Amino acid sequence: MTSRWWIFVVLAVLCVAAASLLLPATGLAALLRSDPSLLLTIMVEVRLPRVLLALLYGAMLGGSGAAIQALFANPLASPDITGTTGGAALGSVITAYLIGFSGPLGVAFGGIAGAGIALLLLLGLAGRYSDSATLLLAGIAISALAGAATALALALAPSPFAFYEAYDWLMGSLVDRSLVQAAIVGLPVIISLAFLASRSHALDMLALGEAAAEAMGHRVTLLRRQIVIATAVGVGMAVAVCGAVGFIGLVAPIFARRLTRAHPGRAILPAAVIGAILLCLADVLVRFVPAGRQLPIGVVTALLGAPFFLALVLRMRLEWRG
Amino acid sequence: MTAPALVAHGLALRGRLHTTDLSLDAGALTLLVGPNGAGKTSLIHRIAGVGEGHGHTLIAGEPLAVMSPSRRIGRIALLPASREIAWPLTARDLVALGLGGRSDSQAVEDVLASLHAVRFADRRMDQLSTGERARVLLARALVARPAVLLLDEPAAHLDPARQIAMLERLREAAQRGAAVLASIHDLALARSFADRVLVMNDGYIVADGAPAEALAEGLLQSVFGVRWEAEIGWVRA
Repeated sequence: MTSRWWIFVVLAVLCVAAASLLLPATGLAALLRSDPSLLLTIMVEVRLPRVLLALLYGAMLGGSGAAIQALFANPLASPDITGTTGGAALGSVITAYLIGFSGPLGVAFGGIAGAGIALLLLLGLAGRYSDSATLLLAGIAISALAGAATALALALAPSPFAFYEAYDWLMGSLVDRSLVQAAIVGLPVIISLAFLASRSHALDMLALGEAAAEAMGHRVTLLRRQIVIATAVGVGMAVAVCGAVGFIGLVAPIFARRLTRAHPGRAILPAAVIGAILLCLADVLVRFVPAGRQLPIGVVTALLGAPFFLALVLRMRLEWRG
Repeated sequence: MTAPALVAHGLALRGRLHTTDLSLDAGALTLLVGPNGAGKTSLIHRIAGVGEGHGHTLIAGEPLAVMSPSRRIGRIALLPASREIAWPLTARDLVALGLGGRSDSQAVEDVLASLHAVRFADRRMDQLSTGERARVLLARALVARPAVLLLDEPAAHLDPARQIAMLERLREAAQRGAAVLASIHDLALARSFADRVLVMNDGYIVADGAPAEALAEGLLQSVFGVRWEAEIGWVRA
C-alpha cells in the first residue's frame, strides 16, 4: 500500500462524506440566504450524525468482515453470514422491547452480548478448522435461530407502537440519530478496529496454516478469542444503534484483498475504508429512490449485495470445475 | 563436540505421544519414520510448541516458549503436513511470509532460485501443481535460514524424482548448519539420506541411531510388518 493510495482513499472518504452532507441539495442555497442558523442546525443535528454513523458502521462491518474471513481462512465469512449481526439484533430487541431497557447504552450492551453469543456459538459449531460448507451451514443455522427468536420477541412486543419501532430499526436505519449516538458508536468502533488492525500481521501468518503460525510464535487460540471479542463489541454496538445492515462485511474485504495481493490480515484497514465508503454511498443512494418514503439502508445493501454474492458463488463454482 | 541446536524435555501428548526427550544436532539431517498414527506429527508439533500437550524446548539454550515471533524467525521453522493455503497469494508473497514481516527480497529470490521456483514465482498458489506447491512451501520454511527446521512429511504426494530432490534440499540445509528433522514414509529414502533415523511406534521412539542400525531388519518387521526382498521391494512380513 503506497502513500499515494492512502491520499486517494482519504479523498474518496471526504467526497462521499461531503456528498452525504450536501445531498439532496434542493433548498440548501435558499436556506443559506434566509436562515443560516437553521441550515447549520440541519447540518450538525441531522446530516452530520448520519454521515458519521454511515462511515463508522461501514468501517466496522468492512474491517470485522476482513478479520473474520482471515480467522476462518474463508472468503465467505462475514458478520452477517456468520450470524453475528443477527445475534446482535436479537440481543438489542430483547433488551429494548422485552426487558424495556431502552437507554442507548442498555440496548448497546444487549447488542454486544447477542453478537458475542452468536460468534461463540459459531466457533463451537464450526470447530477450529472450518471448511466453507460447515461454516456456512453453522452461520445459516445461527442466523435462522436469531431471526426466528427476533420475530418471536417482536410478536411478544408490549404494544403495536413498540413493534413498528423495532421493525423499522431492524431493517437498518441511519436516520434520526443524534451526535451523542454517533459518539457512543464511534468510541467502541474505533477501539475495536484499531485492535483488529493490530492483529493484521498475526492474521497474515495464519494464511500459512494454524500449525505454522503457532510455530512462528503466534498464539492462535488467544488470537481467535481476541477477534471474537473485538468483533462482537464493535458490530454489537453498531447494530444496537443502527439496526442490521448486511453484505458490506462480505463485499468490502473482497475488494480490499485485491489491494493487498490477497493478504488477508493486512486487508483489515483497507476493508474498513472501503466499507465506510460503500455504506455512505448506499446511504446517499437511499435518498434518491422515488418510493414516497426513504428505504431502509439495510434493504438497499441487501439488494445490491445479494447479486454480488451470487456472482461470487458462481465464480467459485466455475473455479472448482477448473 | 558442540552443544545440540535443539534440546527438548518431557514432550508428551495424551494418547498420542509418551513422554520423550530429544536433542537435535546442528548440521544433521534426522529422518523420522513410523507407521500411520505412530505419533510422528505429535512429536514434531510438540517440539515446536504447537497445539496441546506438554514439554519444553530449548533452541541454542533459549526457551522456545518465551521467544517472540520476531525472535523465532531464523531460529525455527515448521512445515506442516497440510498443503492447503486458503488465499490466492502468489508463490513469491507466500515465501516472503516466512520472513515474518521482515522485508528481504534478496533472501526470497535466493531461496526461490535454489529451489528452481523462479519460473512460477508470480503464479497464485491455487494455480500451481502439487510438486510446484511443495517447493514453494519448502521455500517459505527455508527463507529465513532457520537453525532448526521441522518438516511434517515434506515428500508426501511427490513422484520419486521429486522426493529425492526434496531430500537433497533438506541435506543441503543441514550442510549449511541447520538441525533438520523430517518425517517420511519411504524407508529406502530414509536409509540413503539420513544422518540419523528415529523410528516411532505407538507414541514411543523405539529406535534412534544411524540408518543401518535404526532400520534393522527385525525392527522393521515388528514395527511396520514388512521386510525387504531383493528385486521386489517391500513385502508383508
